Amino acid sequence: MSEAATRRIAPAPGDNSAAAFDVARVRADFPILTQEVFGHPLVYLDSAASAQKPRQVIEAMSHAYETCYANVHRGVHRMSQLTTDAFESGRETVARFLNASSADEIVFTRNATEAFNLLANCFASVNLGHGDEVIISTLEHHANIVPWQLVRDRLGIVLRIVPIDDDGNFLLDAYEALLGPRTKLVAVTHVSNALGTVVPIKQVIERAHARNVPVLVDGCQAMPHIKVDVQALDADFYVFTGHKLYGPTGIGVFYGKSELLKDLPPYQGGGEMIASVTFEKTTFKPPPHRFEAGTPPIVEVIGLAAAIDYVQALGHDAIAAHENGLRSYAETRLAQVPGLHIVGTAREKASIVSFVMDSAHPHDIGTIVDRTGVAVRTGHHCAQPLMQRLGVAATARASFGVYNTRDEVDVLAQALESVHEIFG
Amino acid sequence: MLDDLRELYQEVILDHGRNPRNYRNPPEANRHAHGHNPMCGDSVVVHATVDDTGIIRDVAFEGKGCAISVASASLMTEVLKGKSQTEAKALFERFHDMCTKDHAGDPDGEELERLQVLAGVREFPMRVKCATLAWHTLSAAMAGADDATTE
Repeated sequence: MSEAATRRIAPAPGDNSAAAFDVARVRADFPILTQEVFGHPLVYLDSAASAQKPRQVIEAMSHAYETCYANVHRGVHRMSQLTTDAFESGRETVARFLNASSADEIVFTRNATEAFNLLANCFASVNLGHGDEVIISTLEHHANIVPWQLVRDRLGIVLRIVPIDDDGNFLLDAYEALLGPRTKLVAVTHVSNALGTVVPIKQVIERAHARNVPVLVDGCQAMPHIKVDVQALDADFYVFTGHKLYGPTGIGVFYGKSELLKDLPPYQGGGEMIASVTFEKTTFKPPPHRFEAGTPPIVEVIGLAAAIDYVQALGHDAIAAHENGLRSYAETRLAQVPGLHIVGTAREKASIVSFVMDSAHPHDIGTIVDRTGVAVRTGHHCAQPLMQRLGVAATARASFGVYNTRDEVDVLAQALESVHEIFG
Repeated sequence: MLDDLRELYQEVILDHGRNPRNYRNPPEANRHAHGHNPMCGDSVVVHATVDDTGIIRDVAFEGKGCAISVASASLMTEVLKGKSQTEAKALFERFHDMCTKDHAGDPDGEELERLQVLAGVREFPMRVKCATLAWHTLSAAMAGADDATTE
């Protein structure tokens, strides 16, 4: 798989410049991009919600189903062995991608949301009690808010919220002031899904560690854009999802340091996670399998590994250069649309441009640009507290992936100009 | 502009979206409900005044939303004044059909004709909830519930 990925899409070895990024060749890897929407070429600017899949991922998954498939960790038969090897090799691919110190630190979940719920439940049951504090930020996705609220309602913990400024910057000093004697965990996003703000996560972790507080990072939006090294960051827990990284749905990743995972109790009970079961007493496997009850998302792991191979062959530096170029062009181009305001102008941003228009509600914007083939997300982006902080009910959001082009930004801008004509 | 977009965003809709009618909270209103569309976060509060004989004397609303939901709420407040609660319910059913069914039949009656400007949402299934939010909320208010959602 990785050989095929390399052959098809790799730029010249060692050349990570934006110029080396051949977007036409990248686009040729994504079959869906030949689709038309209402008679127009699909302009897919919603990768932050879910990215499209390259042929390499689709083929890796089809190939598994067609040639190498059985349940894992169960049979002595050949197919089970081969499938188990492919599945566990996927775990090693993820571990290398994150620079985890061991594949045993990689737990597979159904999606990122399940990873947050896993940690909230398991961490709470051994580490949290009435009056203990968990710090989250204003930028969080509901997936990193609601699980903690459920713990709060159950155990009486206190949630502390890191504020942002009007541009969407994470306020590091205000965060530090929240760290106190009852703080048991910091759970913050690496990149805001609604605004694109890149949080200074290394400093967040350093300041928490100075007080012996562990940190969970939501990396869902970061992974497609930023090279993440969990050891360099010294992150205690890091969560991301496959489908935003050009991989399949149905697969999330929960990274945890070995010394922290070993002290966490199981999340769900079932097959796969046990060492032995009697009706009197059951013993559990060590991590990561302790946290993977039941048949795991086998082929999804294989697809995720193919997606990681694909992203690595392109190179994060080249991807970042390409996407930052697009974002910067989009911010300039969209600012020319009358009555349009960009929401979220943090110092450092990933390739997300959120905006509102004086004349039209985001839903009306979304409907109108859709008829010209342009897919953007509209609404609250599963970040309602952030929307409340910014004083907007909703925004429209264009997000850029490896396959997007400046021409597509122009199509969006023209569609937004027609929104202004209709409503202005 | 594309024809179906023109059909959706008719001048009447744009007008009611920009300048909603009966956008207020009358002190005499005796039926209230809050409507919410979880998909987009839009919300509307409907205030109705129903007399002892069950006639809707006044309907007003407040809230934030897209052009479709605000225009629909605005038009609703205009067509319901003087109707009985039973008539209001029947009108909502006919209106809902108009927004969702291709062959809902020609509008009969002045009220349905006025609401016909919203029939364009048929071509935009994701927007039907915008057009019906205020109506769902009114139904909740009539039924004595405090909240309505489009889900």
